Amino acid sequence: MKRIQVGPFNRVEGDLEIGLDIDAGRVVAARVNSPLFRGFEQILVGRDPADALAVVPRICGICSVAQSAAAASALAALAGVTPPPNGQLASRLVLATENLADHLTHFHLFFMPDFARAAYAGRHWHDDVARRFTAQHGSAVAPWLQARARFFNLTGFLAGRWPHTLALQPGGSSKAMTAAERIRILALLREFRAFLEGRLFADSLEAFAGLAAFDELQAWAATRDGDFALFLRAAGDLGLERCGRAADRFLSYGAYELFPAGLWQADTGAQPLDMTRIAEDVSHSWLYGDTPLPPAQGETRVDADKAEAYTWCKAPRYGGQVVETGALSRQLVAGHPLLRDLVARHGGSVTARIVARMLEVAQVVPAMENWLRAIEPGEPFCLPAPLPDSGQAVGLVEAARGGLGHWLSVKRGRIERYQIIAPTTWNFSPRDAAGTPGALEQALVGLPAGDDAPPTVQHVVRSFDPCMVCTVH
Amino acid sequence: MKVLWLQSGGCGGCTQSLLCHEPRPLFDELRDAGIDFVWHPALSEASGEEALAVLEDCAAGRREFDVLCVEGAMLRGPNGTGKFHLMAGSGRPLTEWVQRLAEQAKWVFAIGSCTAWGGFSASTPGNPLEACGLQYDTDTPGGLLGKGFISRGGLPVVNIAGCPTHPGWVVDTLEKLAIDGLRTSDLDEIGRPLLYAEQLVHHGCPRNEFYEFKASAEKHSDLGCLMENLGCKGTQAHADCNTRAWNGAGSCLKGGYACIACTEPGFESPGHAFQETPKLAGIPVGLPVDMPKAWFVALAALSKSATPKRVRDNAVVDHTVVRPGVKKGGK
Ligand code: SF4
Ligand code: SF4
Repeated sequence: MKRIQVGPFNRVEGDLEIGLDIDAGRVVAARVNSPLFRGFEQILVGRDPADALAVVPRICGICSVAQSAAAASALAALAGVTPPPNGQLASRLVLATENLADHLTHFHLFFMPDFARAAYAGRHWHDDVARRFTAQHGSAVAPWLQARARFFNLTGFLAGRWPHTLALQPGGSSKAMTAAERIRILALLREFRAFLEGRLFADSLEAFAGLAAFDELQAWAATRDGDFALFLRAAGDLGLERCGRAADRFLSYGAYELFPAGLWQADTGAQPLDMTRIAEDVSHSWLYGDTPLPPAQGETRVDADKAEAYTWCKAPRYGGQVVETGALSRQLVAGHPLLRDLVARHGGSVTARIVARMLEVAQVVPAMENWLRAIEPGEPFCLPAPLPDSGQAVGLVEAARGGLGHWLSVKRGRIERYQIIAPTTWNFSPRDAAGTPGALEQALVGLPAGDDAPPTVQHVVRSFDPCMVCTVH
Repeated sequence: MKVLWLQSGGCGGCTQSLLCHEPRPLFDELRDAGIDFVWHPALSEASGEEALAVLEDCAAGRREFDVLCVEGAMLRGPNGTGKFHLMAGSGRPLTEWVQRLAEQAKWVFAIGSCTAWGGFSASTPGNPLEACGLQYDTDTPGGLLGKGFISRGGLPVVNIAGCPTHPGWVVDTLEKLAIDGLRTSDLDEIGRPLLYAEQLVHHGCPRNEFYEFKASAEKHSDLGCLMENLGCKGTQAHADCNTRAWNGAGSCLKGGYACIACTEPGFESPGHAFQETPKLAGIPVGLPVDMPKAWFVALAALSKSATPKRVRDNAVVDHTVVRPGVKKGGK
């Protein structure tokens, strides 16, 4: 058996290192290390509670709005305020813009370039993929960057800028959309839909979102010439629907009033969430602590020389168990028949995670069109939200990569405690005190690795679309 | 021109912002200007050993490159070990990589306020991360590379500050260097390119008419000027945010919230709540740069007394309630 360290594991957000124990060309154990610590939870302590709105987006440059939305929602709960309908819709539009852009940036810039690698030369799909997706130079890259920049013009109208906006407030949105702006934003959404229905799906969003079984998806892929069908052909050839299974417990906090909250498992179906069952273990993190703590009592204190530790990431567990979060979890909890079928056959996988993101894109763009039509310029976008002197609150949102929670406690007008569990903290957690590996650590076991192995490990790691700067924050 | 990019104690937002470059897609824009990435952690194919080999060749002087772009604060802790960020796969502190590469680079760019001054990572009380910028510790010269650092091309660190940076600030500075070269006279006193730092955010703000009459917003989403009550530092912050659009049509002020002066050293710890204006005897503590206090007070009193009803009424609502008058016959 040999042990190797893989890193820098690039084309993820932030820095990532993975330790692999390899025997006879297969991974027998994996250890995931998030090597960067920044200490945002301490940065927040002692500040004015509303300052969280300026601080937390800077945790992450790719899910900046999700961080803002979680803080705004915790502060709204603390203030006991519900934003007016316009404010809710505007904030939701901004969050959806970020989430969908992240899914597609992941697909075009982070995930697909691995299929263009020389290791796959000779496969029937390789020439097409290399032409479209070679890093920085592929012919799909520039059109995506163009579509992405134009799509983010929504945030120019709705949030001032992206990333790092202060527009999402506990009382709603600081930007009141005018009737004229609404026309422009609708036009931007039409432009984005045209990009998706042209290059990516080569089909209407509604037709793609309506595929209800894995066989239907494969039949669809065989007859389309869009970029997503190209991926499906490569994935089918490589058997990626059978690669990268983790714990097969899927957690979602629920999003946009489209996707409900819950925990889904094949044998129990979707169960309601019990937030008191969440606790973070630090037995393998360079942090002090003996017992797992619920986030409302959580601590983050550095113990840089801890012997058994190998990462800065904590190990969140739900009822003591490893769960996975992300677009696949959202779809499974919500009951999309295609994903339920795919996961019933093979469990969670690279293919299932990527298909889930694309289904979400196809479902959420039409929803965005509806939210925009429901906005009434002239009606209020923001209510005053005076904060009490003391109290506790939780803000839960779904970022692109899954459930994001902020646990906030305020005393005498100052932040007393601020604890964050980000999506990749769940997915890339280390072992817990019982020695149970985290979701990715489980997903890597059994994969080919070492000299001359195909880049399967790369596909599985990136299938989670990790965001390392959020993971440790 | 070859660019090598590294990330450390930051959020990656400057790269994400850069990818929003308009009107041309980023890679086309740079390629046609003769600018290529040797390696970029978020964008390059090379991973693991292959990537480390590229970095090692550059650091050892075996592979030539021109610009070292660093994104994120330098984390020197705990206790000077740099362990808060060991570069994955290498086991070496990122600070050590940056020091070695900075010696070989012709020019060193600090991308974003974290890299220039230390930013949020340096703002925990007591700074346990021992975070700093490349050539500054907040506003004190020094930082990782030291006050006297001059790159092979003859410049101190170029501080493209901002949290995050506007894509245009980075692309235009790279292109300026590629086309005309960069001189000390192209930078301000603290190393920021004048192409965006010789303006104030206040210039071109759509709320300027409200500012003139001190017609101020009172709550979030109001249309009025944000300086008096809601923390706006646009009259003190160096950047062209209201004349160079963000994301096609935006700016912080257009988004309805204050400029928190994200291009300035120390912006992350203003000593007051970000979205409130600290005042002494009713007068904002942070006055516009270049303006003596007595003038400001006198002017504010005068303009308040002369505020047209339209401006006064519109300042405290979220959409125009009094339209500009229409003159008959165009006269
Ligand atoms: S809101 Fe800020 S930038 Fe705009 S006019 Fe007022 S002071 Fe100037
Ligand atoms: S307006 Fe101010 S806070 Fe906003 S980006 Fe510009 S300098 Fe930064």
